[in-house]
Amino acid sequence: MLLVTCKDFLRELNEYLDDLVDPATKAHWQAHVDECPNCFVIVDTTKKTMQIYKGMDQQELPPDIKSRLWQALEKKMADRRPPPPPQT
Amino acid sequence: MTPTPTAPSTFDETALVLRAKAGDTSAFSELVSHYERKIYRLAKNITRHDEDAEDVLQEAFLKAYQHLDRFEGNSKFYTWLVRIAVNEALMKLRKRKTDRTVPLDEPVELGEDVVQREIAVWDDNPEERYSGEEMKKILEDALDTLKPDFRTVFTLRDIEELSTEETAEALGISVAAVKSRLLRARLALREKLTRQFKRTGGDAFGYL
Repeated sequence: MLLVTCKDFLRELNEYLDDLVDPATKAHWQAHVDECPNCFVIVDTTKKTMQIYKGMDQQELPPDIKSRLWQALEKKMADRRPPPPPQT
Repeated sequence: MTPTPTAPSTFDETALVLRAKAGDTSAFSELVSHYERKIYRLAKNITRHDEDAEDVLQEAFLKAYQHLDRFEGNSKFYTWLVRIAVNEALMKLRKRKTDRTVPLDEPVELGEDVVQREIAVWDDNPEERYSGEEMKKILEDALDTLKPDFRTVFTLRDIEELSTEETAEALGISVAAVKSRLLRARLALREKLTRQFKRTGGDAFGYL
């Protein structure tokens, strides 16, 4: 296989990070990462970037936003509820 | 981290959707309770605007409720809901037409070239150096600097953890476009965060 340049590698970085390549290609790229300090750092810090965002807090909804959401939903649900059967 | 929404023992999305389609409003309410935080986070990350995010949250659930009969179950309900929320969020962005992207003081030209300027190892455990609030602000500020297209793809793929295909479907763009935008977004954020978290002093090149 041809020699991998940093540019080549970075174009394929997602495939490498997301493990979307066959083992032979991965090994080929891995050889470049092992030899190239810059690409090694880019791989490492991109992984950390992804991890840090994945761990981003999924906070509770602010109470006022939550209450307005539920008011709107309840109104919508009431509007669509079928009318009660006619009294006989 | 909260548990993933698909844990079958506690939450059966398919069964709830079936009940909701049959007119059971409590089933729909359960779906809303389960996803409200995720949809709000997504809306906030795409619009980067409090009021818009709240509107998106409401509109997404109201539309999902109204059009539930059109949901055929070919995808997960959550993916369908995300698609509705993303459409609402993108409409908000278009309306505001405020591209709060920082002008390209950073080279993230990845069409032809892949230029990375900040190459430095990070401090160990940067999370421990900042309070939760400070860290949240650092991450949000970095997201703010991305163009909306990139921010949206990154939000769906790397924060909401949709697959490439689901992201393409939700945004109505090709898989190739998702991939290239994701690459740009990841590398741009990496640069931003490196500025914040890089190791300084004599140990800065510890990897060599």
